[in-house]
Amino acid sequence: MTAVLDATNTRTLTYAEAVREALGQAMEADERVFLLGEDVGTYGGAFGVTGDLVHRFGEERVRDTPISELGIVGAAVGAALAGMRPIVEIQFSDFTAQAMDQIVNQAAKIHFMLGGAATVPMVLRTPGGSGTGAAAQHSQSLEAWFAHVPGLKVVMPATPADAKGLLLAAIDDPNPVIVLEHKLLYKQSGPVPDGAERVRLGETAVRRTGGDVTIVATGVMVSRALEAAETLASQGIQASVLDPRTLRPLDDQTIVDSVTATGRALLVQEAPKTGGFMAEIAARIVESSAFGHLRAPVARLCGLDVPIPYAPQLERAAVPQVEDIVREASELVNRW
Amino acid sequence: MDLTKDAAAARETLRTMWTIRRFEEAVDDLFARGLMHGTMHLSIGQEAVPAGACLALREGDYITSTHRGHGHCIARGAELDAMMAELLAKETGYCRGRGGSMHIADVATGNLGANGIVAGGVPIAAGAGLAVKLRGGEQVVVSFFGDGAVNEGAWHEGVNLAAIWDLPVVFVCENNHYGMSMSVGRAFKVQRLAERAAAYGIPGVTVDGNDPQAVHDAVSDAVHRARAGQGPTLVEAVTYRWKGHSKSDKNLYRTREEIESWREQDPIARFERAVAGTLSEVDIAACRDEARDRVREAIRTASAAPDARADSLTDAVYAGSDR
Repeated sequence: MTAVLDATNTRTLTYAEAVREALGQAMEADERVFLLGEDVGTYGGAFGVTGDLVHRFGEERVRDTPISELGIVGAAVGAALAGMRPIVEIQFSDFTAQAMDQIVNQAAKIHFMLGGAATVPMVLRTPGGSGTGAAAQHSQSLEAWFAHVPGLKVVMPATPADAKGLLLAAIDDPNPVIVLEHKLLYKQSGPVPDGAERVRLGETAVRRTGGDVTIVATGVMVSRALEAAETLASQGIQASVLDPRTLRPLDDQTIVDSVTATGRALLVQEAPKTGGFMAEIAARIVESSAFGHLRAPVARLCGLDVPIPYAPQLERAAVPQVEDIVREASELVNRW
Repeated sequence: MDLTKDAAAARETLRTMWTIRRFEEAVDDLFARGLMHGTMHLSIGQEAVPAGACLALREGDYITSTHRGHGHCIARGAELDAMMAELLAKETGYCRGRGGSMHIADVATGNLGANGIVAGGVPIAAGAGLAVKLRGGEQVVVSFFGDGAVNEGAWHEGVNLAAIWDLPVVFVCENNHYGMSMSVGRAFKVQRLAERAAAYGIPGVTVDGNDPQAVHDAVSDAVHRARAGQGPTLVEAVTYRWKGHSKSDKNLYRTREEIESWREQDPIARFERAVAGTLSEVDIAACRDEARDRVREAIRTASAAPDARADSLTDAVYAGSDR
């Protein structure tokens, strides 16, 4: 404890610890906040995220559920309508397919459909992404599904600090918010404030500034893009790296400004290319005043249009790696 | 409560059933004359279920409703003007013209909403029950759904959650014999849908859904158990949908004779006979007239209201939006 009680200290935490800290602080601050999901209690969550929260807050508020994703999300919708602030954990984002009616037809639409008479303040946290050898039904990146639905907010934290700050903002939000965490990030460490600072939804983070190319990346691709940018710098190419952080609402202005300055955009996502969220970002860029400043076609580097395979060498080949980003960015700069 | 012997209760039950009947007849007529747009699902012939069930509830209790939800809404005390205005696509409608017949909710009366998805409201009811339980409240949630919902995954998941957590939810199945054209006989192997309760370790009862007293008694018992922390109950109310599923229904899947035989069991006519010793002819006629007048007034008021506006649509998607 420092002399100034409300001073925020920054410590190094893992992404999973940062999420847990946000959950704990939100539950301490607001009795309406509770967790429900499969194995979130004594087990501590499939990826250990909820950890010891059941010991701190009890089994009522850290509620283990049967394997029943549609029921779990529906219960959260009902609890939210009745004045609570539920936070659902779905073990793998792939399993949201089991719960889509409640997410898409209920949670997302109720506020609008009822003419504003009701709100659904709930959060659905779920990890996406490949890289763990879990194959096609446990490795998808489904952010575009959710981002396509008016009424949902969609958050993709890429750092431990954002994992905490964006989650706190999501819990405050009066709307249903889908928080897509990433399995490979859970053990990644970084500085995290110990206070309950929110990271506002809808602000693109500029992770690095360089004048030759703008790399826009989401999720685990942010750290890969930053690593690629270091390599590119050693080759004399200066890259800006932008992390939208929230896909809905999307701060496209920061992206447009950066592309206006660099004249080149490389958009990197783990999800398959076709119909992916980077297609939306590409469209926003070419629809904007940045179009006239483009020195190269807008380029996308995405996952292959395949289900995520099992074998490690196949899995690696299916999604962008650091060297792919380096190659694509340098080609973009050198060719145009 | 004896709905036939207690004059006030008899009057209220009769008024509610007549209001639902007259409201839906008016809606049917407005649609047929091209004055109403979209689609709607009528519950004519099923009025005893919402009338009997909602009388078992208190202020503060919740309901979840269905695509065939006008009756639940009215029985729970919704404003007819705002309902009619919604159906007539007016700015003064419950949903400001954004929801229509299938999405009317009335949060003031605890109505968490009709639902266009079969069984969509079932897990939501469990969640509202969970909210009550977490707060240590005494409210109860009644979840209305049709026979079709009982074969949906959402139904099983919602009922199971309510059962394992002893949530204060009463599941009221309006078995009107058809899920669109699919008859209960073809869609179920069980004889009575209430048998499904056994699979979740909760009580299940089947009652005459054309008798508001039978519905009321069963739902009252279930509400009592729920308030006492003894968990959910499944009440199957057997009734019949006189009208087609929706506006496109040509009734190809059932016979005229079958429909006629159920019309002879009209829940309203039956109830009027049952209360003949309690209410006078004049009293009964007054209930009818009052329902007719309220519906006429709702049409007048709603028709005069401004049409729903398209100018703020995108602002309406998110609550408390600062973007």
